[in-house]
Amino acid sequence: MVRSITNLSRSGLADWMIQRISAVLLATYTLFILGVFVANPDLGYAEWQQLFSQFWVKIYTLVTLLALVGHIWVGMWTVATDYLKNAWVRFIVLFVIAVTAFVYLVAGVSAVWGV
Amino acid sequence: MKVSIYRYNPETDKKPYMQDYEVEIPEGKDLMVLDVLNLVKEQDTTVSYRRSCREGVCGSDGLNINGKNGLGCITHLSDVKGGREKLVIRPLPGLPVIRDLVVDMGVFYKQYEKIKPYLINDQPAPAIERLQSPEDRDKLDGLYECILCACCSTSCPSFWWNPDKFVGPAGLLQAYRFLADSRDTATADRLADLDDPFSVFRCRGIMNCVSVCPKGLNPTRAIGHIRSMLLANAT
Repeated sequence: MVRSITNLSRSGLADWMIQRISAVLLATYTLFILGVFVANPDLGYAEWQQLFSQFWVKIYTLVTLLALVGHIWVGMWTVATDYLKNAWVRFIVLFVIAVTAFVYLVAGVSAVWGV
Repeated sequence: MKVSIYRYNPETDKKPYMQDYEVEIPEGKDLMVLDVLNLVKEQDTTVSYRRSCREGVCGSDGLNINGKNGLGCITHLSDVKGGREKLVIRPLPGLPVIRDLVVDMGVFYKQYEKIKPYLINDQPAPAIERLQSPEDRDKLDGLYECILCACCSTSCPSFWWNPDKFVGPAGLLQAYRFLADSRDTATADRLADLDDPFSVFRCRGIMNCVSVCPKGLNPTRAIGHIRSMLLANAT
């Protein structure tokens, strides 16, 4: 058993599941947004606002944003622990990734719930 | 034929280098790579490599042959030359080189040791033997045949980057060999030892292990079975 304190869930199995479930969620959301573009060739601000003012779209978007943050962390943590062998460099890079993911989350939530 | 061999003697060389040899291949014969190495050795006795059974059983002569890992003794020249003029032989990648083509397998064996590669059974020993149904015995096919040559683990990028944490395809194939054994009673403990982000889950399904295994085994499939067992045992 290898100990790790910086991976998302402390468990390899849980991280693996989070990565796969979040990937499916991100894929369905991508298809959903592509579908919106295809169904509305003349998509303007009014249609966009009407779409995102619906409660289920807000919830769907929020869940996808959380999935995105989880997916980013599991993936980037794996890449960082593969290639960055200096502990300080790895911690700094992971910190920057964590802050960036958090900014994405807050910006996304405020954009969606601000509509 | 031109043969280029990785040379490094830490006592005399500052850094490794490739040395070329001209080897006369007997007409009409498809030699094994190990035979070619033996011909080189006749020219230059300082070239070092491991070999023993010369028939793909002992796993001593794992080498990187024209960029692909394999056993020198069962790899035909015709299989690796592929129209190339030169035969390039390097040591297995990712392990420290002791000298020329001889690598230090310590970290590889350490990972093998970690998975407890022996039968654990807490029941009293029977008078003769622990019986197993033919169906249960069949589950070990494709697992027990591993000869620990390290061709798979040393072709795996995940093992290159984390050889101290990721068990590697060879170790995981053996881990599943004991998880799948109906006579082993330590399944829960074995699985608990593997449920961290590195031991099993650092496998990214690259499948180099499958493409290089000289015995035609499939460590990626075994790793998938371990993941499924971990999932089935989780709440």
